[in-house]
Amino acid sequence: MKIHEYQGKELLKKFGVVVPRGVFCPTVDDAVKAAETLGGKVWVVKAQIHAGGRGKGGGVKVAKSLDEVREYASQILGMQLVTHQTGPAGQKVRRLLIEEGADIRKEYYVAALTDRASQKVVMMASSEGGMNIEEVAHATPEKILKAFIDPEDGLSDAQAAELATGIGVPAESVDRAIATLKGLYNCYMQTDASLAEINPLILEGNGNIKAIDAKFNFDSNALYRQPEIMAYRDLDEEDPDELEASKFDLSYISLDGNIGCLVNGAGLAMATMDTIKLFGAEPANFLDVGGGATTEKVTEAFQIMLRNPKVKGILVNIFGGIMRCDTIATGVVAAARETHLSVPLVVRMKGTNEDIGKQILGDSGLPIISADSMADAATKIVAAVS
Amino acid sequence: MSILINKDTKIITQGITGKTGQFHTEKCQEYANGKNCFVAGVNPKKAGESIFGIPIFGSVKDAAAQTGATVSVVYVPPPGAAAAIWEAVEADLDLVVCITEGIPVRDMLVVRNKMLRKEAAGGKKTLLLGPNCPGLITPDEVKIGIMPGHIHRKGRIGVVSRSGTLTYEAVAQLTEIGLGQSSAVGTGGDPINGLKHIDIMRLFNDDPDTDAVIMIGEIGGPDEADAAVWCKANMKKPIVGFIAGVTAPAGKRMGHAGALISGGADTADAKLAIMEECGFKVTRDPSVMGKMIQSLI
Repeated sequence: MKIHEYQGKELLKKFGVVVPRGVFCPTVDDAVKAAETLGGKVWVVKAQIHAGGRGKGGGVKVAKSLDEVREYASQILGMQLVTHQTGPAGQKVRRLLIEEGADIRKEYYVAALTDRASQKVVMMASSEGGMNIEEVAHATPEKILKAFIDPEDGLSDAQAAELATGIGVPAESVDRAIATLKGLYNCYMQTDASLAEINPLILEGNGNIKAIDAKFNFDSNALYRQPEIMAYRDLDEEDPDELEASKFDLSYISLDGNIGCLVNGAGLAMATMDTIKLFGAEPANFLDVGGGATTEKVTEAFQIMLRNPKVKGILVNIFGGIMRCDTIATGVVAAARETHLSVPLVVRMKGTNEDIGKQILGDSGLPIISADSMADAATKIVAAVS
Repeated sequence: MSILINKDTKIITQGITGKTGQFHTEKCQEYANGKNCFVAGVNPKKAGESIFGIPIFGSVKDAAAQTGATVSVVYVPPPGAAAAIWEAVEADLDLVVCITEGIPVRDMLVVRNKMLRKEAAGGKKTLLLGPNCPGLITPDEVKIGIMPGHIHRKGRIGVVSRSGTLTYEAVAQLTEIGLGQSSAVGTGGDPINGLKHIDIMRLFNDDPDTDAVIMIGEIGGPDEADAAVWCKANMKKPIVGFIAGVTAPAGKRMGHAGALISGGADTADAKLAIMEECGFKVTRDPSVMGKMIQSLI
């Protein structure tokens, strides 16, 4: 789960990381009022959406007067902000963050994440702040420093100091950088984050170290014990179909192709998508119905897939284990009837009660195309839609 | 022979009294020598009772001491699952198989690091399979986990995969063409887990009853690439490889910093390329995994 920048900064502040003074604003008037209250001569007007690259898309502006705050806030609030992470349709801006200006002398990058290979928490730091860190990693990997941490030990002062000096924090600010790194680490661990990134982290003229941005991702397995993080959830930022699917415990991701697919198990679902592509078409979605599919769940899955106007055909691929093929077949027939299915449907079933499942499909009188293997299924659905 | 488990393995079920634990324990008992293999359950509140004829003990340590069991399987719900794994490790078992899906990553990080510390201090090394895995099976001998037993057939091909249903797909293909499996192992879909592809490939390499292996992977993480590099130098048996997720959109499952740390080699295409370089026979069509292995032996 992702959260907004202003929420991330609230969290960081609780863990002792210095952030600019700022106010979250849902309207233009609030934005102007916030700038007045903050005082000073420079303010930053920042769009709050769950995607990176906001600055390049025109979602972050520096205002030098209250009139400019009003002007920029009016421009940004309500706009469809397009960044490299939003897709071409962009994301509607519903919230703003108004912040005091910062006296930026140097920009750094710091992040905490979990490394699968070493099974440690990794703190990463770089002197190349403000840039796309993937580009830095590609062009100059030596400019990214890493510290590997056993959660039983935590991040030590020595490790934090090594990172801080390694990225060029001046001696008089190293203690402040250590506090920032430790705050970031503690925040990462205690909130069950899967990624906590500050880019840029800045050095100000007075020697202060400050987080100018905050990007968080949280482990969805741990949200049950993080009520404070759950309260940050913003449903406006989530894909409505993926959201709807999650209510029925379906794992759904929309894609760009025209073949809808419904599969049990994440690995098999990906393999099914790949097979569709291999045989000349593109999948319209990833959809894992999980281990306990019921008729209601399958019907809901069909409805979600069919809401996508690009879908020209559907491929169902089920490997019956604990979930029996006859249960799925009953669900597929009911769903096809209830949704008045008008696109071709290919069903491939294997495993427990396979024969009964096929019988149910055959007896339904519906024009369901049966397939034996995944390749056979993909060939048939591709032929049916072209 | 087989890898990790056989008909003589004695198994403790942690979480045996829960709904999932009960359902699968019954199925595992029914499969091959399961009646003799599943010798103990654990539930501190129900010690002294029994279920399906299996005695329940108050702790893994008690269960192991009284029955001689060396393996446990965990169905405990997510909030207590990591603690259940640690209890089995502290009881010095040989292997813990954790089926539970949805364990917080931080809990797994903590328990994995505790396990590493115990080993480093000279303590007994307990292997962990999973979490979030289907388990493992040696056909006609014993199954530990949630896979459908009837699709398996005793044979000489090893199968290793992260996911459940994709493992079943490979297993069914092998059964259909009459080859069968020596053992089939699901390592699980979580980012922080125990045994990895490389560990299972090592075991298959050393198993005299395994002639060839189907290795199935997914996008994300370095496991498949690590295994491939090891196989190039060490593996004496033919391998068919498949990676799921060629069409998976980047960044949907993890932030880009996650992909960054694994060096950008964790896309399906990159993994397929490494596997091919390392001498695997790779396929982009998961329907032909069985037939390809047949052509290699």
